[in-house]
Amino acid sequence: MAKIKVPAPPVPDQLKPKPKRPGKTYGPQTPVEHGAEAGASTVGWIDERTSLSGGARWMMFRKVPKGTNWFYTLGSATMFAFLSQAVTGVFLAMYYDPAPKGAYESIRHINDDVFLGELVHGMHKWGSSVMVVLIFLHMGRTFFFGAYKYPRELNWVIGVVLLILTMTMSFTGYLLPFDQRSYWASIVGVNINGTGPLVGPYLNDFLRAGPYFGATTLSRFYSIHMLLVPGAIAALMGFHLYLVARLGTTAPPWLKPKTAEALREEEVAA
Amino acid sequence: MNKQQKEEYLRGYGVMKSQGKPFFPYAIAKDSAMACIVMVVIILMAVFLGAELGPKADPTTTTYTPRPEWYFFFLFELLRIIKPPALVPLATIGIPTICMILLFLLPFYDRGPERRPERRPIATTAGIFTIAAMGYLTYLGATAAPPTTIDVPVPKNVTAQGAAAVATYKAGQQVVAQSGCGACHRFGEAGNAGPGPELTKVGARLPAAAIQRTLLNPTAPMPSFAGLQQTSPQQFNDMVMFLSSLR
Repeated sequence: MAKIKVPAPPVPDQLKPKPKRPGKTYGPQTPVEHGAEAGASTVGWIDERTSLSGGARWMMFRKVPKGTNWFYTLGSATMFAFLSQAVTGVFLAMYYDPAPKGAYESIRHINDDVFLGELVHGMHKWGSSVMVVLIFLHMGRTFFFGAYKYPRELNWVIGVVLLILTMTMSFTGYLLPFDQRSYWASIVGVNINGTGPLVGPYLNDFLRAGPYFGATTLSRFYSIHMLLVPGAIAALMGFHLYLVARLGTTAPPWLKPKTAEALREEEVAA
Repeated sequence: MNKQQKEEYLRGYGVMKSQGKPFFPYAIAKDSAMACIVMVVIILMAVFLGAELGPKADPTTTTYTPRPEWYFFFLFELLRIIKPPALVPLATIGIPTICMILLFLLPFYDRGPERRPERRPIATTAGIFTIAAMGYLTYLGATAAPPTTIDVPVPKNVTAQGAAAVATYKAGQQVVAQSGCGACHRFGEAGNAGPGPELTKVGARLPAAAIQRTLLNPTAPMPSFAGLQQTSPQQFNDMVMFLSSLR
């Protein structure tokens, strides 16, 4: 194919880039040149002070083995569901009132009056189901592909902690609408906790903020639901991801490495 | 896995990784597509299923159905399947805790180098069995309707006491039914068999005072009815009367 020559746009002489004079310093000189370099120089400025570009490159341009299929997206999908829960949760928290007297009315208000309130509430409610389904699918994939084996044992343990934390989220979140269903289900749930050996009764008193379901129970559940557990989940998710990048995504178990000649030479050279 | 197997794995994995594609943009593209699907599913569920709000929580009178979110059904069912009271802590805490510990320690007791599911028959079978068991329990939990109606024919000893006693009996029966006792207790043909004991003939086993004590100070996970006694003692007394006349 013949190269098409694009005519140069009519640029005023003052804006045309001037050829460098020999012996002059390099880099942008005129304000226009500085403007053109603004993006790169901002990134450079930040990187000079943080050295983040190395980490970003390490994370983004690491290689993923051949044959990774759609099953390998379940983990990131779980994380995405968590992010969706976080965002919708922030908006719900703007209107929610964690007091026994006002909780139910504030949810009513979100559902009936607030713009898109019921949609955001619904997304938060069903998002929890989606997240639980995804986390179980992700765990199933890891289990059946043997991906928890050496050297990724620690990441499996962190994953189980994340599963428990996710279940804690849904347990504490269930009480918050403060309707009959959620109230009584939470009472039975807390009582089930209490039958546990040794720590059960203490855990119970901690959850209820006292020996009975009282006024402070709701705010305690709320604080666990929106501060304590999400913080722990975010931190552990970060560590989980770091380990994935550090150890690499597993290859599907039925694939065997094929050693190419050129690669052997590369290894020898290295 | 011994040292040789570990090194072999790392070498093979290194080769496969170096032959792979960069995370950006190849894996990122799939992840983003999946994220879009997740978002669409969540929004569609929110639009079509909504976020219904039941009646406001009321610690005193109750037409409540203590049902957890669906993904806790399997735990809830476990409670109902295991009936003897001595074994209830086993169902509530024992089995889940053991399962949790087994899950935590999985990479430490399953240390074989084999990763293909068809060559790990024990692990694969155990996994499929666990999923099937959880699925079955969830199905049971989803289909079990928590009954809020109880219809036990009025016993002869109550009819013998006259119309007032029958009225109290009926009132008590309604309070018991609306309190959702049937979610855990069996009354004749109504109610679930467990985790609570059957109450069809509880009056023959326990005197009224003992029933009252149990209602005020129950064994977990049963909720206490002390709140009901304070707010509407009449309803509470009807409840005790109804239960103690079940013979």
